[in-house]
Amino acid sequence: MRNPLFFLTGIGYGPAMTTGTMRLEAMKLDCQRGGREVFSGLNFTLEPGEALIVTGPNGSGKSSLLRLIAGLLTPVAGSLHWQGQAAKSVEGWPGHYLHYAGHLMALKPALTVLENVRFWAEFYGRGAKAKGACITLGLENLLDFPVRYLSEGQKRRTALARLAAVPLPLWLLDEPTSGLDRETTERLETLMDRHLKEGGMVIAATHLPINIPGSRALALGEQS
Amino acid sequence: MRLFLNLLRRDVLLAFRQGSASGMTVAFFVITVTLFPLAVGPDAVILARIGPGVIWVAALLSALLSLDRLFQADFEDGALDLLVLSPLLLEAVVIAKAAAHWLTAGLPLLLIAPVLALFMNLDLEAFGILLLSLALGTPALSLIGAVGAALTVALKRGGALLSLLILPLYVPTLIFGVSAIEAAITSSDPVPSLLLLMAVSLVTLAISPIAAAAALRLALE
Amino acid sequence: MDMHKYANPARFNKLADAILPWSLGLMALAFGTGLYLSLFASPADYQQGEMVRMMYIHVPNAVLAQGVYVFIALASAVSLIWKHPLADLSAKAAAPIGAVFTVLALVTGAIWGKPTWGAWWVWDARLTSVLILLFLYFGYMAIWQAMENETRAAKAAAILALVGAINIPIIKFSVEWWNTLHQGASILRLDGPAIHPDMLWPLFTMMAGLVAYFVTVLLWRIKAEMAARKVQNLRYSRAAG
Repeated sequence: MRNPLFFLTGIGYGPAMTTGTMRLEAMKLDCQRGGREVFSGLNFTLEPGEALIVTGPNGSGKSSLLRLIAGLLTPVAGSLHWQGQAAKSVEGWPGHYLHYAGHLMALKPALTVLENVRFWAEFYGRGAKAKGACITLGLENLLDFPVRYLSEGQKRRTALARLAAVPLPLWLLDEPTSGLDRETTERLETLMDRHLKEGGMVIAATHLPINIPGSRALALGEQS
Repeated sequence: MRLFLNLLRRDVLLAFRQGSASGMTVAFFVITVTLFPLAVGPDAVILARIGPGVIWVAALLSALLSLDRLFQADFEDGALDLLVLSPLLLEAVVIAKAAAHWLTAGLPLLLIAPVLALFMNLDLEAFGILLLSLALGTPALSLIGAVGAALTVALKRGGALLSLLILPLYVPTLIFGVSAIEAAITSSDPVPSLLLLMAVSLVTLAISPIAAAAALRLALE
Repeated sequence: MDMHKYANPARFNKLADAILPWSLGLMALAFGTGLYLSLFASPADYQQGEMVRMMYIHVPNAVLAQGVYVFIALASAVSLIWKHPLADLSAKAAAPIGAVFTVLALVTGAIWGKPTWGAWWVWDARLTSVLILLFLYFGYMAIWQAMENETRAAKAAAILALVGAINIPIIKFSVEWWNTLHQGASILRLDGPAIHPDMLWPLFTMMAGLVAYFVTVLLWRIKAEMAARKVQNLRYSRAAG
């Protein structure tokens, strides 16, 4: 159950975080896209502080898996549980539990960096930490720049600032490091590391090497 | 409510930053109405007779013109994903976006309508009812349009399909909207028409968000 | 009864093949007697003369034009709630038949209107409603065509059909309201105000024939659609293998 004071405090993940029972479980997930099977019988569990790196060739269903966990796709069969409860029936799921960062960055070119970050931060929690989050991602000099003028890497950082601004336990990241230079990748790794140390969870789909100590790998597209 | 207003504010802000959108809708509205005197001749009596209908039809087409982008921009840049996943109910998202559409595309029509009523030689006493009927009816245009926009959001050439889907559903709004003004011109009672118009808007407010939200979820699958 | 078992094409084909001879037979019988009754055995109208016989084709088509849309809306509800694949198929298959009924209602209305009203088209409330219904059919069929993915098209079309079904009474009411405001000269209508009992039997028979026709063509179309999907699936697996 979500902390009823969540709206007021805007911090913490509710009692789940403190009791340590937070747990994501996928059971026998089957995914079909356009009538074709993408993957089937997929199982995994994720505990607080754990990261799952999803790898696999194009079309193996990395993105589909993330969208499926977020609830944007419905699995053909199988189920997803959060703390032993069907995720869909968890109150406040998914908005109060997870950040989804897909290929598309959900940024408005006409709005400034800070306006973009603050909008989503307020939508998922409170906007107070939007500025701090931008600074965490090294955007301090670009706050008042319309996103239109930003490079791909800077845009990606702006999109990710939302994760730093609003603390939610589960991060679903689709190719988070694509278009990032070495320095920003390290910044993101630090961010994820901190999130995990605080008891968060990360599922990242990537074909680029990413350095998260203690993460597990899930390879899609191989016959199991 | 906080999230609802946030989204509404962002959409209105975006419309202003990107400029032109509202201006184009108004310009289209004005030009369309202007075509009618050019087509049927400047006879003041005929213009006054067809005036209410012409203004409403033009308003309807102008609203339609800006509708196909209602969800498309958010769909293309991934914002729709985040709106669907956010704590705000998707139905409320639809209402917020329709409200923003009304503020940026419906309200400007209302403001320019008196000028067009002069063009069409409409009875001065009917101006109040003209504005009232537009004010009560244009929200329904935005809301019904939201269903069509949601259904066609993932399609490349959704505009023509959108018109085909939505225009038949605009018929009651058009009829009640025009009949209110005509009642005012013929100095009979416009209230029944206005009440019916309001009823259409309210029914639309109840149904459209649900249908549009279902269509949006479908588009993201 | 578990309706899901009829989603299986083989089972459905069996069921359809059991129904088809009956619906075909009923159709032939009803159309045969109906045409005889309406063309020869019924009286001419004292006002409209022989033109009243157009009613026996016009009214069943007009009624079924709306009936089929209701059928589509119900099938759409079933498809959205219980996700029964056969519901999608029947809704999709029914739409063009309903559209043809709608066109026939309009055409017969126009043919009747020329000698009666002196014009091919008069903005009569019912005819206008039927015309808007035709636009709704066009929209429904267009959305099926516009979407590549069948399951997605099915859901989108279902949502549209339900929105349309809710709107139809409102549209009809508004059109009648509009019509009373602009009352034209004609009071004479193709169906009413009172129908002589001698005219009822041919009307009912023709109606039954048209319903049987609908069922027959619907079953054929569903069978054809199932076959088409099977071909498509075979091609997919050929391409994949």
